[in-house]
Amino acid sequence: MAQPALKVMDLAASYRKNKVLYNVNFEVAAGTLTGVVGPNGAGKSTLIKTLLDLHPALTGHIEFYGLPFKKAKKKIGYVPQRGSVDWDFPTNALDVVTMGLYGNIGWLKRPSRKDKQKAYQSLEKMGMEGFADRQISELSGGQRQRVFLARALVQDADLYFMDEPLAGVDAATEKAIMRILQELKALGKTVLVVHHDLQTVEDYFDHVLLLNKTVIHHGKTENVFTSDKISETYGGNMKWITSREEGYHVVGPSNK
Amino acid sequence: MSYSAWIILTACLVGATSGLIGVFLILRKMAMMADAISHTVLLGIVIAFLITRELSGPHMLIGAIIAGLVTAFLVQWLHSLNIEQHASMGIVFTTLFAIGVILIATYVGNAHLDVKHALMGEITFIPWETMTLPFLGDVPVATAMLGFAFIIVLFFITAFYKEWKITSFDPALAASLGIPVIVMHYVFMSLVSVTTVAAFDAVGAIMVVAMLITPAAAAYLWTDKLSIMLVISGSFGIISAVLGYFIATWIDTSISGSMALATGILFIISFIFSPKHGLVSKFVKPATAKIMTQDG
Repeated sequence: MAQPALKVMDLAASYRKNKVLYNVNFEVAAGTLTGVVGPNGAGKSTLIKTLLDLHPALTGHIEFYGLPFKKAKKKIGYVPQRGSVDWDFPTNALDVVTMGLYGNIGWLKRPSRKDKQKAYQSLEKMGMEGFADRQISELSGGQRQRVFLARALVQDADLYFMDEPLAGVDAATEKAIMRILQELKALGKTVLVVHHDLQTVEDYFDHVLLLNKTVIHHGKTENVFTSDKISETYGGNMKWITSREEGYHVVGPSNK
Repeated sequence: MSYSAWIILTACLVGATSGLIGVFLILRKMAMMADAISHTVLLGIVIAFLITRELSGPHMLIGAIIAGLVTAFLVQWLHSLNIEQHASMGIVFTTLFAIGVILIATYVGNAHLDVKHALMGEITFIPWETMTLPFLGDVPVATAMLGFAFIIVLFFITAFYKEWKITSFDPALAASLGIPVIVMHYVFMSLVSVTTVAAFDAVGAIMVVAMLITPAAAAYLWTDKLSIMLVISGSFGIISAVLGYFIATWIDTSISGSMALATGILFIISFIFSPKHGLVSKFVKPATAKIMTQDG
């Protein structure tokens, strides 16, 4: 097999003295679309933040295409949770997308016309070109998420980490985002998505990583996303709804 | 230049410098940090004085920068030990300030440095203490220091404009792009310290907080563009300075107090009349506002 896009060995992290991740080991093959699934507090966001060096790791070794994070930075794109930034910040959609290029522009330089053009094209891909000049506080939740996605696209990374990009967005945005994720996959890019909606996992992802403080199961969706393995991850607190054709269908954890 | 011209120029430099820095204090949600640093800078100045026995510009600047950085660092450290951010600010700055006050009272009592002066400043005395600068001739020390602070702040903000913007808006993305977010944080804290210490002689530690926060908060209400917010905030600082001077001469009272009052007046005007976020505009066109939020 070729070099994995991501290799995680014996990773552990704590958050406010609680150990939220321990003994995390997994490998992600290049060109896959992986859903990271697990109950609330399973450490999904912390996992991504720790991988990207935004949160300190207690132990562990992480390689991106065989390289340490510092050398692989340019190949990595990150879409944080929408709620992680202040949407009242005085800036517009095009500007936010342009920020994705700041790493390449270099110190003391301003974004060029070409950079702005790239950002605009990226907005177009997300169907957001009409909102380029719009103040970001005036965008809806779905539109904000599309701006974030556009910003990730403009980075032109090989490996993307997305933290709940589909949480609380409208149906049209969800469709647009999934289309882009499929496109990225077709281009040979690797995408890891923290996902909350168990119902759509099978349709959206070719690989699933079931996480609850450590990797419970990881592999191809058809092998991993099974009722017993999901129960194991969520600790048995699952609500199953029997559907006519398939026997059963996952709805979500019942302890919400 | 006449005394009043020097006083007005000095006040304007305070307004412009703190107006610029204030924008990022607001956008980084660090308004409280201005309060903290404005107090702990006192300790830096006192210690610099105890070591060098001089109350001159460079020593004070270095002392203040170190004090500002120590404050920022201690706040961060306490916060990492699971103490709430604002609580750790409160603990750090009151403690360091108290040490400063005690040192003044016990060791520095006779020098030209007393607590009231440190808190309120005395801009009226500024023209009395001058230094000779090349090309400019005799310039009050405080004015020269403020001019220096203004140039430094202006330089850092324009040179690293996009870095300030991204680290303020989305530090996580900035870090993942390889922009040194933590270094930028401490550079910013140094700029706040430089501004504070330069404004110290003129308006004092308490009033500088008003000059840092209020013009920027008012500017925030007028625009949706960062660059314009910086211009407006700096201008509001200058307007408050001039307005404050005339209020003070008119009713014969403290200049720094009047300047702070002027910033408050500007803020209230902005709060009522700003086109986008003001009370009047919300009252006049509630219908369009509704369409905007429903859109998409």
